[in-house]
Amino acid sequence: MTATVVLIGLAVGTYGLKAAAPLLLGGRDLPEQVARLADLLPAALLAALVLVSTIARDSTLVVDARLVGLGAAAIALYRRAPFVVAVLAAAAATAATRAL
Amino acid sequence: MSIAVAVIPFGFAFGIAATDAGLSLWQTSAFSLLVFTGSAQFAAVQVLGSGGSPLAAIAAGLLLNLRSLAFGVVMASALRGPWWRRALWSQLMIDESTAIGSAQADLRWRRYGYLCCGLAVFTTWNVSTLIGAGALSSSAGLVSTWGIDAAIPAAFLGLLWPRLTDPAQRRSALAGALIAVALVPIAPPGVPILAAACGVAAGWRRRTPVPAQQVPVP
Repeated sequence: MTATVVLIGLAVGTYGLKAAAPLLLGGRDLPEQVARLADLLPAALLAALVLVSTIARDSTLVVDARLVGLGAAAIALYRRAPFVVAVLAAAAATAATRAL
Repeated sequence: MSIAVAVIPFGFAFGIAATDAGLSLWQTSAFSLLVFTGSAQFAAVQVLGSGGSPLAAIAAGLLLNLRSLAFGVVMASALRGPWWRRALWSQLMIDESTAIGSAQADLRWRRYGYLCCGLAVFTTWNVSTLIGAGALSSSAGLVSTWGIDAAIPAAFLGLLWPRLTDPAQRRSALAGALIAVALVPIAPPGVPILAAACGVAAGWRRRTPVPAQQVPVP
């Protein structure tokens, strides 16, 4: 039920953002401040998501095998490996650490 | 089209992440069909899976998608036609289709590039989500044993990585990460992610320095 609420809310909101300019704005530009905000927001949120999904468990910070996986992914990306290699490296490193 | 193929592993990862967060197969597929923006889908599912409120999950996704508004501005001039056609085309407004479309020289080719890329990614994204959710996701025990839970942060890192070449983006990312981690122990789930939006302030370049005027205090 909760997931369906999120699904509908996010789908409607996202579509609104996607269609606003082609349907309503015509050829006008966004205010510079809005454009700047839209450009910088993903980096802040994605970085937060990287760390929170790695070291948060409920409301506590824990260091576990997932951090090893993230390190492996970072090394893979740094070496310009494709996305799928980075993800597999993260999963493999985490699994290996857990099996120790 | 190589871009459409490149999203396939993301689609698998999303299918697995969504089922792991407790979504059913049809809910997971509906996310990819109706929302159709990878990073926002991941973010919403992450907030949901960690016990955040529906409102926090929606807000996290929409903040990430604010950039779709900017993409729309870039593509609007090329997407001419009756309103229903523009309405339909708008669903394909994603990073990839905007990048390909806006790289073309004239308006007709911009529209053509945008539509071809958008449709190709739409197809591979939805098929790979379905495979990830239906065939690849498995019981909670396997998720832990195979390290599949570590694939989610790796996926976020993969989405973030190309942005880090710009110093302003790096500052924004660093500040966002610090804010979120600091808030995890004290704020309800989902809120740390939303608060990370304030990290944007660190990347905001000051244009004209505020003149240091002495205002007489009454």
